[in-house]
Amino acid sequence: MTGTIDEIAIRTDAVSRSYQMGDALVRAVDDVSIAIRSKEFVALLGSSGSGKSTLLNLMAGLDRPTSGAIFARGRNLAEMSSEDLAQHRSHTVGMVFQSFNLLPRMTLEENVELPLRLAEVERNDRAGRVREAVERVRLAARLTHRPSELSGGEQQRAALARALVNRPTILLADEPTGNLDSATGDAILHLLQEINESLGMTIVMVTHDHDRAARFAHRIVTMADGKLTSDGTKS
Amino acid sequence: MKARDLTELAGRNLREALLRNSLTTLGIAVGVASLVAMLSLGVGLQELASKRLSRSGLFDAVFVSSRMNQRGFGRPTRPDPANASPAKPLDEQARQKIAGLANVVEVYPEIRFPTEIQFEGKPFSTTVAGIPASAKSDGAFDGMKGAFFSGPNVDEAILQIEFAKDLSTQPDSLIGKNLTLRYAERQPLPPEPSAGKSKTGANGKTPPLQETDLSPGFSIVPREKIFRIVGVVETEPATGFGGFGRGRLLIPLQVAETLRIAQANDLREILRGTSSKGNYDSLTVRVKGPSQVKSVEDAIQSQGFTTFSLLDATKSLRQVFAVFDLLLGIFGSLALAVASLGIINTLVMAILERRREIGILKALGAADRDIRRLFFAEAGVMGLLGGILGVALGWLIGSALTFGTNVYLRRQELPPIDLSSIPWWMVAGAIGFSVLVSLAAGIYPASRAAKLNPVEALRYE
Repeated sequence: MTGTIDEIAIRTDAVSRSYQMGDALVRAVDDVSIAIRSKEFVALLGSSGSGKSTLLNLMAGLDRPTSGAIFARGRNLAEMSSEDLAQHRSHTVGMVFQSFNLLPRMTLEENVELPLRLAEVERNDRAGRVREAVERVRLAARLTHRPSELSGGEQQRAALARALVNRPTILLADEPTGNLDSATGDAILHLLQEINESLGMTIVMVTHDHDRAARFAHRIVTMADGKLTSDGTKS
Repeated sequence: MKARDLTELAGRNLREALLRNSLTTLGIAVGVASLVAMLSLGVGLQELASKRLSRSGLFDAVFVSSRMNQRGFGRPTRPDPANASPAKPLDEQARQKIAGLANVVEVYPEIRFPTEIQFEGKPFSTTVAGIPASAKSDGAFDGMKGAFFSGPNVDEAILQIEFAKDLSTQPDSLIGKNLTLRYAERQPLPPEPSAGKSKTGANGKTPPLQETDLSPGFSIVPREKIFRIVGVVETEPATGFGGFGRGRLLIPLQVAETLRIAQANDLREILRGTSSKGNYDSLTVRVKGPSQVKSVEDAIQSQGFTTFSLLDATKSLRQVFAVFDLLLGIFGSLALAVASLGIINTLVMAILERRREIGILKALGAADRDIRRLFFAEAGVMGLLGGILGVALGWLIGSALTFGTNVYLRRQELPPIDLSSIPWWMVAGAIGFSVLVSLAAGIYPASRAAKLNPVEALRYE
């Protein structure tokens, strides 16, 4: 991970994403411009349907904007080929989801190793990197367990380890505490904070929990109806 | 994703839905098995027919006669520009020259003569034929009672069953007994001063005879030779050109040659003044295989001899079997085509079930190409396993058919046969074809999986 706090990790320029639903055109993200600096912990806040997850998916390269541009590492995601977008997802960003999205038939170790396989990392290097990621989320004792044998908090930590294993520069978390109780959710957010501070990783977290956003994020960006409604850095 | 990781993931995915994937693989295996069983029957029957025919000596043989004789074998000879070459006598020198040609295995004369034998004090008329040592592998001697000649120069005889029945009501009991062959030996007369020069013209015609041109001729001397009966054969082995005039009493060809039997062409040779040279009436040239018959035939014709072979007959035979194999292959492939629908169904179902997984893989950095290759690998692994299992099943079916057929043949007191044959190329071809068909069946599911929108896939519950 490189960059200083002043460098831009990811930037959207007048980005829009609309869907055709029957006769209606739904603008999920509407002309959003935002620059997220390196090592920043940004909370994207908004109610359900506000467009925050869509914006996160656009930043992740999982979706393409209808118009506008998204820049990461100096390249416009909107103009990338699907192969390049896959490379972006593999090397630049790591993703954490509300529903953990671990593969149920794989052990924790295999789940964490999966991005390394996709990135064609040499086999000899994999075990060390898996262990490093798992130790960072304090799950080293559960390596051989399958997701069904882990608690919700452990599953989210496992998902976090999987997101970290390829050493991305940006961590994108979509409602990471949405399926967790309050204490476990706080523990996950503490972990994110720790990762942000110790690794200097840029974090963009989608949430609808204003209090938590205020407690953990450096900056809170709120959205409503696909547009940015506020953007404030904590003092 | 690297190939090893891809294979591991594919294997893991296949193990997850073990029952469904096993049934799909079994479907492929049944398809491959039907294809292999059909083709193995076709190839087996072809090999059986080819073996029998090649053993008969008719299809890998060229029959040679001198153009000095009338129209060779009584058949129109093939047009040949080399016909312009002068006619030559079919003598020992010509025999050696033909034997030296490429792809020629052996050259031997046709020796067959009617004569009389003495057995247990009684005379019996029969036809004696000289049999080359190579005839041992002749299918006609399969299942014979007793044994083939112990060597090329032994005074041993094999009886044809019908003749053996003339000698005894219990033909098997004849083995080990002796018989006396009575024959007419040709003894050349001493050369006269003016005789011994060939007067044959370049055009093969003999000039009008004059008193001084007559060859010394030969005398016929009755001889006897004792032969030990070593075997009784039920079939009628071909003993020369086309198998005409079957031999009832078979003796080693080399022994027959030493007998200097007076043959039908001897009278003609006297008139030509070549009787002392020991010309052959005809020679049989055995070549390495039917495919070499044409080249050998051409080479012999260019030496000035008339030839005949059953080459055209083998061509049509191979054509018939090629069509037969094709039809069997098509019927066999139908089952594999049905099995490929099973693969498509299984993989399409897998896409629906693993929609979310595909979304996760894409979110973690999998490219469309990785997803496509993953589904291809799964189809390929099913094809490979199905192919291997199918070949084994096909072999079992073929073996069962052979077993059943041989049980029936044994009841009919007939020798057993190898009804099915699975050569290595069929094993490799069937497995390769199975993988190919499976991959083709995987094209649609794989591209559909690769095109899945990851955002929608991740939303899928």
